[in-house]
Amino acid sequence: MPAPIRLRELIRTIRTARTQAEEREMIQKECAAIRSSFREEDNTYRCRNVAKLLYMHMLGYPAHFGQLECLKLIASQKFTDKRIGYLGAMLLLDERQDVHLLMTNCIKNDLNHSTQYVQGLALCTLGCMGSSEMCRDLAGEVEKLLKTSNSYLRKKAALCAVHVIRKVPELMEMFLPATKNLLSEKNHGVLHTSVVLLTEMCERSPDMLAHFRKLVPQLVRILKNLIMSGYSPEHDVSGISDPFLQVRILRLLRILGKSDDDSSEAMNDILAQVATNTETSKNVGNAILYETVLTIMDIKSESGLRVLAINILGRFLLNNDKNIRYVALTSLLKTVQTDHNAVQRHRSTIVDCLKDLDVSIKRRAMELSFALVNGNNIRGMMKELLYFLDSCDPEFKADCASGVFLAAEKYAPSKRWHIDTIMRVLTTAGSYVRDDSVPNLIQLITNSVEMHAYTVQRLYKALLDDISQQPLVQVASWCIGEYGDLLVSGQCEEEEPIQVTEDEVLDVLEGLLVSNLSTPVTRGYSLTAIMKLSTRFSSVNRIKKVVSIYGSSIDVELQQRAVEYNALFKKYDHMRPALLERMPIMEKTATNGPTEIVQTNGETEPSVVEPKHPPPVTQPANQANDLLDLLGGNDVVPVIQTTLPTKPASAGGELLDLLGDLSLSGGPTPAPAPSVPTSQPSFLLDGLSSQPLFNDIAAAGIPPMIAYNKNGLKIDFTFERANPNPNIAVITIHASNTTEADMTDFVFQAAVPKTFQLQLLSPSSNVVPALNQGTVTQVIRVLNPQKQQLRMRIKLTYTHKGSPVQDLAEVNNFPPQSWQ
Amino acid sequence: MQFMLLFSRQGKLRLQKWYVPLSDKERKKISRDLVQTILARKPKMCSFLEWRDLKIVYKRYASLYFCCAVEDQDNELITLEIIHRYVELLDKYFGSVCELDIIFNFEKAYFILDEFLLGGEAQETSKKNVLKAIEQADLLQEKTIFHLQSVLEKNVICP
Repeated sequence: MPAPIRLRELIRTIRTARTQAEEREMIQKECAAIRSSFREEDNTYRCRNVAKLLYMHMLGYPAHFGQLECLKLIASQKFTDKRIGYLGAMLLLDERQDVHLLMTNCIKNDLNHSTQYVQGLALCTLGCMGSSEMCRDLAGEVEKLLKTSNSYLRKKAALCAVHVIRKVPELMEMFLPATKNLLSEKNHGVLHTSVVLLTEMCERSPDMLAHFRKLVPQLVRILKNLIMSGYSPEHDVSGISDPFLQVRILRLLRILGKSDDDSSEAMNDILAQVATNTETSKNVGNAILYETVLTIMDIKSESGLRVLAINILGRFLLNNDKNIRYVALTSLLKTVQTDHNAVQRHRSTIVDCLKDLDVSIKRRAMELSFALVNGNNIRGMMKELLYFLDSCDPEFKADCASGVFLAAEKYAPSKRWHIDTIMRVLTTAGSYVRDDSVPNLIQLITNSVEMHAYTVQRLYKALLDDISQQPLVQVASWCIGEYGDLLVSGQCEEEEPIQVTEDEVLDVLEGLLVSNLSTPVTRGYSLTAIMKLSTRFSSVNRIKKVVSIYGSSIDVELQQRAVEYNALFKKYDHMRPALLERMPIMEKTATNGPTEIVQTNGETEPSVVEPKHPPPVTQPANQANDLLDLLGGNDVVPVIQTTLPTKPASAGGELLDLLGDLSLSGGPTPAPAPSVPTSQPSFLLDGLSSQPLFNDIAAAGIPPMIAYNKNGLKIDFTFERANPNPNIAVITIHASNTTEADMTDFVFQAAVPKTFQLQLLSPSSNVVPALNQGTVTQVIRVLNPQKQQLRMRIKLTYTHKGSPVQDLAEVNNFPPQSWQ
Repeated sequence: MQFMLLFSRQGKLRLQKWYVPLSDKERKKISRDLVQTILARKPKMCSFLEWRDLKIVYKRYASLYFCCAVEDQDNELITLEIIHRYVELLDKYFGSVCELDIIFNFEKAYFILDEFLLGGEAQETSKKNVLKAIEQADLLQEKTIFHLQSVLEKNVICP
């Protein structure tokens, strides 16, 4: 059989292929030749064949049949064979296949080989791809080599040890003795790899960290020598001596100095020295400065040093090199929380970076700008950010819009400015605004009572211009529905009131209904808005007509609404004014918090849970109950809402959704599900017929139950009926803790199916003391108008012995008397 | 470092060094996607990007892109220096290295890389020492080949 062709020959041949098919053909032919050569156990040419196989593998062709051949090459005595064999192993084998374990013995032998280059090959392979089993078997050999005086092997052993530790952390201890005098080496290779090894150990184990703190002086000395020593040709890079080693030392110092005053003190001087003396004209110098800044910010450095660091970052921002600017922005983002004022000084430079051409830089500049916005600079910053919003790429618009809304909410200098800003965002980036912004904005608008006329006017004008941006259209139609009367009466104070007739308004809203640009959600908004105007406008007949047309709409949602509204016109017309009244001011709830309603009317900070705040929502409930008392019957809906629920309201309900994926409604007002209109009529009918005015079942008759009992936390429910409303069950939870440690930050959350409404009052405390020394109580009120079986899903979060615990549970074992 | 890729402007891989355990299929997918992403970037853009959950550092030298994926705590600027050092080593070894050298001598490119980096970290910061080690290893290889050659052929060949 002729000698297999040489590697370079093969490469040349394959490159002459003009098409993919031609290349594939050549490769297949060669593979076949190689396969038969392997079958013949040809020792002479195995190396050549495997090398060719590796080339073909790089082109993307399968080469798994060469795996065993690599192992044979590794086992060979020839250096050439071993070189290719180990390379093949690193490229073709991976630790998921058992085949790789066959290497272990070879590697072990080679680690003890007489030639250091063979030992080097073995260390390299082990350090690159050694599996945990291999590492376990060979750790001892690596440890031995870590102590050798041969620096060529010592440096490789150090990095191999790093890999072993990453794979099998328990083996870290065994390398400890060998680290004893690693830093006294003169050889930079060994120094560098030793610092890497020490860094790995310190990152993984606080004990090691404490142990190695004593090395700080030595590290400082080495760093000092590097800086002060003259030109050393061997390690010089653009005038800086061994920047790689400098950077690694700085990183290790960072880890050692963090949260430790003494160590931080010991490195102050050298850090200042590096920061001021390093040449910044080339990337190398800046790399060192960057690492220095990171270290200064992380350790307990004195304030002068921190200011120095931030100023370095400020200078980076002005650098022509965009990589440097990128790195500066990233670091500033990390430090903006802790050193806010210092970073503020560079605000204008950061804002300029918004105009940079590079996407990553723009993104960082945007994030940083939002972090820097405060009450003082809000107007100026917002101008820049809105300009950015206008001109930025679509991928940024959603985040930027959300950021603008958040910043505006927190720092708006006036209501008018706030509304104007919102309008600007909606009109320029309206289609990118997140869906959840719509209910937020609506809630904001409702709260700015004196701006209603101005808002609705501006929104109306925006609608006249453009109806393609759905969030804008949705907010606008909701507002027109609510405040249409202000619009036509021309009451605007803030700007020139426009002259608009009822018909024109209705034209616009009807236009939304028929437009192809409107999504189904938007159509729902506009239909409801039209309906609401029936109590605000005089052209009721026109509205009736529109509503009845949509009673046969193909869109089920629209159809349902239209039918219900029709029913409102026909059978329940006497209720219509009350139902379509102005929306009350909506309280804002924390979207992630417990279902407690905290009054934040007018204040727009996300609500902080305050233990003693009684939810104000009980007022409407009381009113409803009072009505019941007066009328002595159930022909008035005792449900807590007084307006027709509209889509935004239910979207607000989704905001209140605790356990969103269960789509259980978590809060009382303002969000009963849109299906309530249908339940109202039926309830009224039921109410008229069944009339259980007072609940005869005494509170004491309902037995308490254990709702949850796990991991030492027990939650009992006790019941009472809310008089006079028999449909409200009042449940008191009692949480107790049988473990020896307190459960702190205890939060109880509950969610119920759609047909119920739930109200959660403040808990007595958020610490459940250990060993049953006390209980946390909290009251839940559940409205169950349809007398359905009560089910509840609860979520418990608390901190126990330092770690956070979270649990979800279903509570299904409610006694029948609690809901019947 | 998690991996290093070298690829041409047409997206052909010239070298791939993986320091994390991934199957062949996963490697192929990552390579393909990352190469596309980088090739789509304009020349004026910065050398760093976040891709999936990795930090990517890349630089173009003539017709070859050198691309590294590094960990969160790694210093991007020094990674650029690492890439540059590797290019310098290749340049010194091959004498004014070009893409063809790396295509035809890919195994040597790997050997040089393995003398410079181990497990994703630099093992030797002196250019001279890396080149010396490669030289010695090559000599060792020649010795064994020469022996082989005297049995088989006249000219010194590589495997």
